[in-house]
Amino acid sequence: MLAIVLFDGLNYSATLFLLSVGLTFVYGVLRVLNISHGAIYAFGAYMATWITIKLLGVGLPVFLSYLMLFAGAVIIGLVFGPTIERLCLRRIYGSDIHIQLLLTYAILLILDDAMKLIWGMEPMFVSEPYTFIGMFEVGGIIYPVYNFLLMVIAAIFGGFLIWLLRRTRFGKIVVSVIHDREVSVAMGVNVSLVFNVAFTIGAFAAAMGGAFIAPTIAVVPGFAVEVVVMAFAVIAIGGMGSLEGAALGALIVGFARAISIHLFAELELVAIYLIMVLVLAFRPEGLFGQVEERRI
Amino acid sequence: MNDAAPILEAVDLTKHFGMVTAADGINLQIKQGEFVGIVGANGSGKTTFINLTTGYLKPEKGRILFMGKNTVGMPPRDIIKSGLARSFQIPQLYTNMTVLESLLLSLAAESGNGGSFWHSLFGDSRVSEGMDMLERVGLRRYANRFVSELPEGGRKLLDIMMSFALKPKLLLMDEPTSGVSIEDKFEVMDILVKVLQESDITTIFVEHDMEVIQRYAERVLVFNDGQIIADGEPDSVLADPEVIRTVLGKV
Amino acid sequence: MKIKPAVLIVAALFILAPLVVPSWIMFILIKGLFMFIAVLGVTMFLRGGQVTFGHALFYATGTYTVGFSVKWFGFREALVLVPVGTLAGLLMAALVGLIMARYRGVFFAMLNLAFSMILYAVLLKLYWFTGGTDGLAIGVPTLAGVPIHASGFAFYYFSLVIAGIATYVVYRFLASPVGYLLTALGENEIRIEYTGESARRVLYLTYVLAGGLGGASGVLAAFTIGHVVPEDAFWIQSGEFVFVALLGGFESIAGALMGAVAFEFIQTYASKFIPYAWQLMLGGIMLLVILFRPGGLFAIYESAVEWLRPKKEGIAHE
Repeated sequence: MLAIVLFDGLNYSATLFLLSVGLTFVYGVLRVLNISHGAIYAFGAYMATWITIKLLGVGLPVFLSYLMLFAGAVIIGLVFGPTIERLCLRRIYGSDIHIQLLLTYAILLILDDAMKLIWGMEPMFVSEPYTFIGMFEVGGIIYPVYNFLLMVIAAIFGGFLIWLLRRTRFGKIVVSVIHDREVSVAMGVNVSLVFNVAFTIGAFAAAMGGAFIAPTIAVVPGFAVEVVVMAFAVIAIGGMGSLEGAALGALIVGFARAISIHLFAELELVAIYLIMVLVLAFRPEGLFGQVEERRI
Repeated sequence: MNDAAPILEAVDLTKHFGMVTAADGINLQIKQGEFVGIVGANGSGKTTFINLTTGYLKPEKGRILFMGKNTVGMPPRDIIKSGLARSFQIPQLYTNMTVLESLLLSLAAESGNGGSFWHSLFGDSRVSEGMDMLERVGLRRYANRFVSELPEGGRKLLDIMMSFALKPKLLLMDEPTSGVSIEDKFEVMDILVKVLQESDITTIFVEHDMEVIQRYAERVLVFNDGQIIADGEPDSVLADPEVIRTVLGKV
Repeated sequence: MKIKPAVLIVAALFILAPLVVPSWIMFILIKGLFMFIAVLGVTMFLRGGQVTFGHALFYATGTYTVGFSVKWFGFREALVLVPVGTLAGLLMAALVGLIMARYRGVFFAMLNLAFSMILYAVLLKLYWFTGGTDGLAIGVPTLAGVPIHASGFAFYYFSLVIAGIATYVVYRFLASPVGYLLTALGENEIRIEYTGESARRVLYLTYVLAGGLGGASGVLAAFTIGHVVPEDAFWIQSGEFVFVALLGGFESIAGALMGAVAFEFIQTYASKFIPYAWQLMLGGIMLLVILFRPGGLFAIYESAVEWLRPKKEGIAHE
């Protein structure tokens, strides 16, 4: 029983991390909370599912389905990332927060319906990637291997982002933009380009999350908002803009969810929000967040 | 017109920021009605002192007594309500309303209606009082213009007036003439000093401009590395070689 | 208190409307009125630079006040339930506001959403208590004991009176020192503090008032729509309030009214012509407003008035 909670906790944490790391990354670089993140995640799930169904239907082998899912995520990331940033976000960077929130919310509404129009209201399933690698047994418990694959993917992705930020030249430029936009501009950094790429990475992360969760669920319209609220809870707890925070937040919320599902299933949602409120009550900037003091 | 008890007293006031000592066991007393200038090089602790006195920062050690009451631990708004006010080095203004409206908010606070959600902001003959104040500092023509339209010197004046309108017993001004052009400095200070002395408000002001200090301050405190190294009349303090070396040299 | 002529004209229009328009338009206007009351709450937050994605929390508090009153007591008296629902909204806001008033910006927006979704989940899951997905039926309301038609004259004028009271309360609130301090929230809270006031208190008071407005709106809505469902607390409902506030323009109370009436008309026609792209359309309109006309309908109205004025003078001189 404890082992199940442990596995479930890790599993949820992995999915939550994949779900929210893009959101926190975009916030850290652009200082925008992209509410449409949830819709991009859902789009990733839809596209990945659809592509995989199509390609499997044409006869491609199941072991390639993971690549198909990945392809779906890449497509969504590359399509939505630059487009949304260019067409919409770019115009409101200097604006007040409430304008930014309203804008990204509007994009969420549009994308949410777009999915319904493209793929209809019926649920879509693609379970092959999930069932293909089967189950494994540990100490009397049978657990899907796919869930471990998710953890591996989450870890690799997190590692990739950290490598990107800390070890590459591009990453160092991004970090300098995060810390001081004006100085970066003065140093000749093409901040526009940085924003565009950063947002695309965030969109790709969202799409990845959706793509790889898809084989475990029935993809239906309307889960975009629940997703973004959870992602927000994770990054609020961890500290907005912090990758480590997203990991820690994901672990906390993931295990809280695992525990509450096994103990009192009705309170699952409430448990997550309660934790968020509690953490924020004691540390409003989140566990790894940075306080911005106003100088007078 | 000096009461026996000082209106403001700092006792062993201490504050560090990491390795920097911003306040090093400061002790001072200000009597009611005084007009005191504070000078010191950048980073000597002048603004920190104001921030500590108004409750924006908490000292690690020491007490601050305003009218006999220890204000350490009180939030700024409670200290303000007990009769202290402060103007800022960088004007802190309400950008989404008109000049008159910002001033009226201070006047409303002074009359006890600052937190009212039912009384009109424009009631109680506040408008004429506000217009008079703006008139006295030459800002009347901006009364119904947005705060964002004010020129730099006007922003400073409004910031000061918004604090003054609270009719405090003690007013702390952080660099009242910074941002004001050289030609206007004395004019601005003349107006301010006249207005303040007419209302018998104890005033402490931080200044970088020594001419302003010499002309208007009755008493000067010199800060250096979180300590007060000189305290007295402007002429003698500013002629002190130690002061010249540490402060004027750096400025 | 001076009243602008435009206000009198609008009031007159609303008072006379039922006498000249067909009943289906009157129904739209009634819906517009309670939408307006709820949106006033969102508008106030926007004046403070804050967005709430969870206003439906209070709206649902109002609707379920009526729902439970009908379920447990068979009581449908509008004259009593409007104040009770308003009070319920005020209390809910007084409670939640204790936490919410500490936050701004992104946190304020999303925490509100979280709370409203908690209510949604509760309403959904405690089905033996709340009726679950089926919700609760309301039936025919009574006004001073007399059963009335929820889209008839009596209910229309009753809603108009409540809307008028709400307008007056919000007007006074926004004209007060707290109302002005509200505009400084998130902008310069240091100055608020140094004037001796508490920014948190300002937001808290606004929050409580918004809660009351949401509750009142919910009561009227429950009677008009005829039954209450958990979706009353869903994020989509909150989104509609935000949409209306943005569409109408939040610089003025009139904007909320314009947005509300426009929204109800749009909704009536859209469900006929584009039933499957409702959110797409809302999102699209929001984008257009934000990118091209952030002041909303009210700003358009003001520009129109500006544009017309010189011409009028010319005519008068001839």
